[in-house]
Amino acid sequence: MSHGHDSEQVGHIVPLWLLFGVFFALIILTALTVWTATHLHLGAFNIWLALIIASMKATLVALFFMHLIWDKPYNGIVLVGAFMFVILFLGISLMDTAENMPDMYEGPAPAVATE
Amino acid sequence: MGKKHSSDGAGHAEHPKWMQHHFDTPSQQFASSKMGMWLFLATEVLLFAGLFCAYAVYRANHMEMFVFGHQFLDVKWGAINTCVLLFSSLTAAWSVRAAQVGQKTLMIVLLFLTMCCGGGFMAIKYVEYSHKIHDGLLWGTQYKPTGHAAEVIHGEEAHAAGDLGGAHGRVDAGHTEAEQVAAIEAAHGAKAAGDAKAAGDAHTAGDAHAAGDGNATTAAPPAEAGAMHATELPADVLAIDAAERSATQPAAIGPRGLVPVAETDAAHAEAGGHHWEGPIPDNVHIFFGIYFGMTGLHGIHVLIGMIILGWLIYRALKNDFSPEYFTPVDLGVLYWHLVDLIWIFLFPLLYLIG
Repeated sequence: MSHGHDSEQVGHIVPLWLLFGVFFALIILTALTVWTATHLHLGAFNIWLALIIASMKATLVALFFMHLIWDKPYNGIVLVGAFMFVILFLGISLMDTAENMPDMYEGPAPAVATE
Repeated sequence: MGKKHSSDGAGHAEHPKWMQHHFDTPSQQFASSKMGMWLFLATEVLLFAGLFCAYAVYRANHMEMFVFGHQFLDVKWGAINTCVLLFSSLTAAWSVRAAQVGQKTLMIVLLFLTMCCGGGFMAIKYVEYSHKIHDGLLWGTQYKPTGHAAEVIHGEEAHAAGDLGGAHGRVDAGHTEAEQVAAIEAAHGAKAAGDAKAAGDAHTAGDAHAAGDGNATTAAPPAEAGAMHATELPADVLAIDAAERSATQPAAIGPRGLVPVAETDAAHAEAGGHHWEGPIPDNVHIFFGIYFGMTGLHGIHVLIGMIILGWLIYRALKNDFSPEYFTPVDLGVLYWHLVDLIWIFLFPLLYLIG
């Protein structure tokens, strides 16, 4: 069985221009998210815009800084899977809290029998 | 075990010391370690998800709490900290590249720079935290706005009167008893005071909104309802047998959940350079609870990341790493990137609320 550790490259070497390019893109996106939050008044859409920009930044970091784009897909599936569960968790929690109807019954809360 | 060891023994000569016997190639070992790290990072994401869930649920129900509270956070410091962390991610990713191409000195310098950025991040967090602590803008019962923050939240008169309240911070001094009674009567089904006092929770019951909520069980004269705003239980309530009082079901008389925004509590406030008009929301302490919970857990991760980077520098100085073996550098840097990733979401969610 060949070990081949002299010839084989371990991991992917990211070119410097790409590292710096990603960094500047991240800084620009940070400036953009500050600008949209302070100058654009889109009401309820502001939070979604902020989350979209944050997701773009997170994707850049994960793909290039964290090497996911060159890794075998398994690592990416683990991360995306974790995010899917987070979305499931938040989504169902928000659905639940939206269904809460504290004013369904008018007036005082029903008396509770005491012994 | 012994047999396995002897059969593997021949491998010692041809394997570098960092190469585990059960892997075929350095690349395979590297990929396996990395996969384990990613599984750990997934649990980290899920750990933070709990706090993000608290954030989402409270924000969905009480947006006003977040809009008001976030004005006490400084966008400038938050943005600077974001850039510091992004830069540290660049140096961290670069240090992996340096390890891969055998630039040992550069790798150590970059790891050190990354650690310094972490220190800078924590220093800025220290400035922000000490400002919040000074102003009493903390979580739960520690939420006792003082100084400028108190003026913003309670108004000048309240500040001058030194009546800054406790966790709920509601100052009802400006309301006449008649107003309070009217507010209570306006609420559907609200009539009672006696049982509210019987709950023994003078603090909650003493809140106009608690009474206005209509969750009262028995009838009582309006005049007595007005007396609910006293911070102490009146003598006639105290005279009631303690056992009898505790028999009352708290759910029937207390405020349910979070108290609603008071219409009468309109105030004009200057916070964080913003001009705030309209009612000051209740329960702002929950925003600060979430703020400190999320940034605090993140800060702990930054500190742990700095320790890991320090350990990597130590290992690098010992000449432990080479282009064939740099797994600890790669995995430590992955952890650092995750800390950055979390902050990428924390910054807009906490500092940039409409």
